[in-house]
Amino acid sequence: MSNKLIEFKNVSFRYGEDEPWVLKNVSFAIEDDEWVAIIGHNGSGKSTIAKLINGLLFPQQGEIIIAGKKVTEDTVWDIRKEVGMVFQNPDNQFVGATVQDDVAFGMENRGVSREVMIERINQTLKAVGMQDYRLTEPHRLSGGQKQRVAIASVLAISPSVLILDEATAMLDPSGRKEIMQTVSQLQDKQGLSLITITHDLQEVVQADRVIVMNNGEIWDEAVPRAIFSKKGELRKIGLDVPFVAILADALKEAGIMISQEPLNHEELLEDLWTLHSKT
Amino acid sequence: MDITFENVTYIYQHNTPFEHKALENLSFHIESGSFVAVVGHTGSGKSTLISHLNGLSIPTKGKVRIGDYSLSKEHKPGDMKELRSRVGVVFQYPEHQLFEETVEKDIAFGPENFGVSEREIKKRIQEVIPAVGLPESMLERSPFDLSGGQMRRVAIAGVLAVKPDVLVLDEPTAGLDPRGQKEIMDMFYRLHKEQGLTTILVTHSMEDALKYADHVMILNKGTKYLEGKPEDVFIQKEALNQVQLDVPEIVQFLISFEQKFKTAIPYQKQSVEEIARQVQRVVIGDELL
Repeated sequence: MSNKLIEFKNVSFRYGEDEPWVLKNVSFAIEDDEWVAIIGHNGSGKSTIAKLINGLLFPQQGEIIIAGKKVTEDTVWDIRKEVGMVFQNPDNQFVGATVQDDVAFGMENRGVSREVMIERINQTLKAVGMQDYRLTEPHRLSGGQKQRVAIASVLAISPSVLILDEATAMLDPSGRKEIMQTVSQLQDKQGLSLITITHDLQEVVQADRVIVMNNGEIWDEAVPRAIFSKKGELRKIGLDVPFVAILADALKEAGIMISQEPLNHEELLEDLWTLHSKT
Repeated sequence: MDITFENVTYIYQHNTPFEHKALENLSFHIESGSFVAVVGHTGSGKSTLISHLNGLSIPTKGKVRIGDYSLSKEHKPGDMKELRSRVGVVFQYPEHQLFEETVEKDIAFGPENFGVSEREIKKRIQEVIPAVGLPESMLERSPFDLSGGQMRRVAIAGVLAVKPDVLVLDEPTAGLDPRGQKEIMDMFYRLHKEQGLTTILVTHSMEDALKYADHVMILNKGTKYLEGKPEDVFIQKEALNQVQLDVPEIVQFLISFEQKFKTAIPYQKQSVEEIARQVQRVVIGDELL
């Protein structure tokens, strides 16, 4: 049974009294085993949502409930146990002198025992493909490697929701794929709730649900297939659609009747094969 | 400016237990005025390569030539200033380097350091501001009040104001939204054409390399792995997969298509529309037309 893990109720936020509203009356809920992708142009309010979830910011209007608790100054430390966050720039989130120290840092703060700590360090570094770098100093790592360690550090504290705020933006394509596979396996196995804030369309395709932000408001909320069928409108708000959707449109233009909006090459090829068999 | 690497090896912390070979016996030639994409897996040596282009790193072995400049262990020019004024590097996340009170002062910082006169700087600012797509009204504002995309444009304007002949771009679109990515890349492409720059783009995006570059170099473990025209390099799926790279999506689709339909549609940089027509011919056949 799924339960609501995160709930935004009519949330509005701005950085100062003279500033424009960054979020305007935003409401949504995320289940405890769900993968939700939040997309939107730069400045659409996506990252502000992430910062509100773990109490780095507090809304001026509305309320935010995480795991049954309202996010306030008093509950923020409990909330942060539930929420693991990985940001875009790995250089801003390193504290340890070695990779394993860094992964241990979050656990030390939570009083995890040494035995468990060692086990989790090995487990999470392996999950992100960094097990050979346990004793490496962070500054010797490339940007992508640092980010994988940052993800391991967050996974080590077993949060109930993992937020990746454009966390793969600095990785190379295979690094990205690897991270997304790792994260999706983890989400499957542990019933983790996952929020990916991203521009990468492949990350959106894998999600259960997509929330599209535009100028501080929820522009649309639907399964990826439904979102990608709105190509023209997405482009108007500064977003892009995957290559496969562009190709599907070109095929329709060329007189091929595509039966459904394809999410990946396999779906499109299967569709074409069916047509081919009929002729 | 022509750029030539002759058997360049670069070793970090040479002669220590921590030594690490980042480039190994790397040779290549970049012709003046070309647009070259350098692609490689994380840790393949791309950033080390860049740091040789304006003398931030000197080869441990071998020689780098940039125009009339020659850099080697034996021959280090005493003054790198002129070289650095001719090779503009836009590092990753260049907006992190902004520091001045106003956009105007920040853009002026580079040329001031290279001894450009105040009058000339004013003139250049008038040129670079529209070139990077910023309104002139922004000059008096603090760069820290701008959006991420605007800050990046300010930082790029600072590099352009030095009037380099060679523009080196290290992942210039990282972290921007799709529209911002396209705008920035189109801007660099326009500058490349209009000003006859030699442009070196370090990127993870096969799509961008395919779209903008006329020459591609794939690095792996500090050596040159593949080199050639994008449309020739990017169809070599197995070779690219071996070094953890993927072919561009359009090529991947054609490969999967061939596997399923046993009919090849060769990739020749044709448009998506053209591919759709070719697919149509295979799937439905000509008789229905």
